[in-house]
Amino acid sequence: MLKITEGSYAVAEAVKLCRPQVIAAYPITPQTHIVEALAEMVANCEIDGEYITVESEFSALSACLGASAAGSRAYSATTSQGLALMFEVCFNMAGLRLPMVMTIANRALGAPLSIWNDHQDTISLRDSGWFQLYAEDNQEATDLHFIAYKVSEDHNVLLPGMVCFDGFILSHTYEPVDMPVQEEVDGYLPPFTPYHRLDAGDPISMGMYATPEYYMEFRYQIQQAMEQAGKTLVAAGKEFSEHFGRDYGSLVEGYRLDGADTALIAMGSVCGTIKDAVDEMRDAGRKVGLLKLRAFRPFPEREIVAALNNVNTVAVLDKNISLGNSGAAGTEVKAALAGSGITVLDYVIGLGGRDVRKRDIARVVDLAEKGEGDMFYGLRTEVL
Amino acid sequence: MMQVEGKCELFEAGHRACAGCGPALAARLILKAAGENTIVVASTGCMEVFSTPYPETAWGVPWIHSLFENAAAVASGIEAAIKQQGRSEKVICVCGDGATFDIGMLCISGAFERNHDITYICYDNEAYMNTGIQRSGATPLDASTTTSPAGKCSLGNKRPKKDLPRILAAHGAPYVATASISYPADFVKKVERAINTPGACYIQVHAPCCTGWGFDPGQTIAIGKLAIETGLWVNYEMVDGVVAKAKKVRRKPVEEYLKAQKRFQHLFKPTPKTEEIAKIQAMADANATAYNIDIKLKQERQ
Amino acid sequence: MPLTIGCAARPGKARRNLTGSWRVFRPVFRPEECTKCGLCATVCPEGCVIETEEGTFIPDYDYCKGCGLCAEECPAKAIEMVQEEK
Repeated sequence: MLKITEGSYAVAEAVKLCRPQVIAAYPITPQTHIVEALAEMVANCEIDGEYITVESEFSALSACLGASAAGSRAYSATTSQGLALMFEVCFNMAGLRLPMVMTIANRALGAPLSIWNDHQDTISLRDSGWFQLYAEDNQEATDLHFIAYKVSEDHNVLLPGMVCFDGFILSHTYEPVDMPVQEEVDGYLPPFTPYHRLDAGDPISMGMYATPEYYMEFRYQIQQAMEQAGKTLVAAGKEFSEHFGRDYGSLVEGYRLDGADTALIAMGSVCGTIKDAVDEMRDAGRKVGLLKLRAFRPFPEREIVAALNNVNTVAVLDKNISLGNSGAAGTEVKAALAGSGITVLDYVIGLGGRDVRKRDIARVVDLAEKGEGDMFYGLRTEVL
Repeated sequence: MMQVEGKCELFEAGHRACAGCGPALAARLILKAAGENTIVVASTGCMEVFSTPYPETAWGVPWIHSLFENAAAVASGIEAAIKQQGRSEKVICVCGDGATFDIGMLCISGAFERNHDITYICYDNEAYMNTGIQRSGATPLDASTTTSPAGKCSLGNKRPKKDLPRILAAHGAPYVATASISYPADFVKKVERAINTPGACYIQVHAPCCTGWGFDPGQTIAIGKLAIETGLWVNYEMVDGVVAKAKKVRRKPVEEYLKAQKRFQHLFKPTPKTEEIAKIQAMADANATAYNIDIKLKQERQ
Repeated sequence: MPLTIGCAARPGKARRNLTGSWRVFRPVFRPEECTKCGLCATVCPEGCVIETEEGTFIPDYDYCKGCGLCAEECPAKAIEMVQEEK
């Protein structure tokens, strides 16, 4: 049913439809509307689950870890500093192979303190063993939760997943969202069947330590599971389109790449702006297209190579910076396209909530076509 | 001789604890008290390492270790999950004093304030033993550890032990108890009481560490008894924040406890540090008054 | 043997590790002096002191690390620690 709703409430509604059994979350801007809405749903028995009002994000994820280990579908939401505080638990949960889904309302990391959007928080956890999906709009943010649970709990995957959507830009924006009903979601997402769980009837030890004889093999298994997550995401995305009519059957999404000389690559809500900018540039006769990365982990290398086969220049927009190197996506796209003859340039853009407008996209394309890149875009002149 | 077909130990032999390990005995006694319908949440530390090198787990009940500092939060999630699922297992945290007094305080405070139905047991061997005997918030005054070494300008650990049982009682915990592995029946009874008390309960069990404290492995029980007999460790119960029962003793001078351990040797050699020993004696005296543990002789009473 | 996902394991495997090889001193139990109080079994950190049909106790030398707690705590002094000869 189509309704106009705030991004956060759309996500909360989607989470409710996933029937979470344990929710543990700690308030942080701009995630608060999601967890407030969920707390209200629990208070009104709309969700048959426990809501744990933890004292920190660190405990939020630790409690979810325990709940998942005990065989319950677990959920949390956070952002920025909160995600940074979860760092240790994130790696641990993936290593324990415990499924769950966590929403991230992407926000910059301090210092300086900033409550506004960029992708530094989740990008900094790209090595943690969580799969990461980035939503362009609130419809996609909603739908990715159903897909994420399905993939996370698949016994061939068993990895936790992050659904990332841009703080404020999406979380606090009202958009029309086609919200499925419970029966439809139940038909797509089965109840959680744990691979193994803490159960006195069938005891197991979880989280043992591994000597050098074993450690590498366990890490290799996580890497294999992440590769499998890519395939399962595609399958679950296709199945989603059969159920709901919206297609997420690829880890990337091309927009007007046919005959493009220059391709932009980006993640998240800026893709909406880029699509408008691409339309205008196409109207003006410029051969420009967009490749949106829906998944950053697993990294869709094969899909990127296949999609960009015929372009000359690639401009990667990174809402993050790996300080001392460059934007994360830029670095990885360069590696993916090494030896292809394609020029790949990276632009660090939109950090800490700096607006990215259509004319900025056009200027990035101008720069890329001149071969100028690997830079911060749009800085105030006094630092130059 | 034929062996009796005895009940299997839920904490099994083959674990890699040092010979004479107090915490290993604590683990055995905890599972004897708790039984099979139990989920154990561990913190990183000696016990986790000596009992679970993959794949050789010593635990016969469901057991999970996540991190050093999050056992109470993991237990909160497990408790919420089994409640939601309508299951009956009891959730017990078994964590060392470093994980409890220091790095895990945030999660413990949260879990106790929320009053999850869990039992948190700290096996207190009074330092970070797994990393090589560094001081913790549970290390007693003047104990020499690798990060509070006695030296020309130091008498060892500068601060007395943190009073964690009272801190957790102040959270509103319905049942808080101290115990010692040297009094196994008392410890087992307290574990049973804690797991059968709804809400977040805390037990701090004194678990002497022969390696870290410096005594012969055969003396583990005897050292634990001396701690009680000198009044430096008091076994008591607190029900709803009020001390309900404390073990009474005929007190011995603290020297008897201190002299028996290498970690306090600098108080006696090369010269006796009389003033410092008097400070420790004063702490024992204060304990005796606070918990009313002295057994008074008949003529004294008159 | 395939590795368990998530580095998990079923109970029962610690017993593969025969810690009896660590022993320097061996407890020798004298059943004729035993009062059958069972304290030796209670205080054993390995849980490897076993009750016999007669109600006396014997150590499982596969696991006994020779800590001497049983001998130390035995009220009847019915357990003696003797040097291992290997």
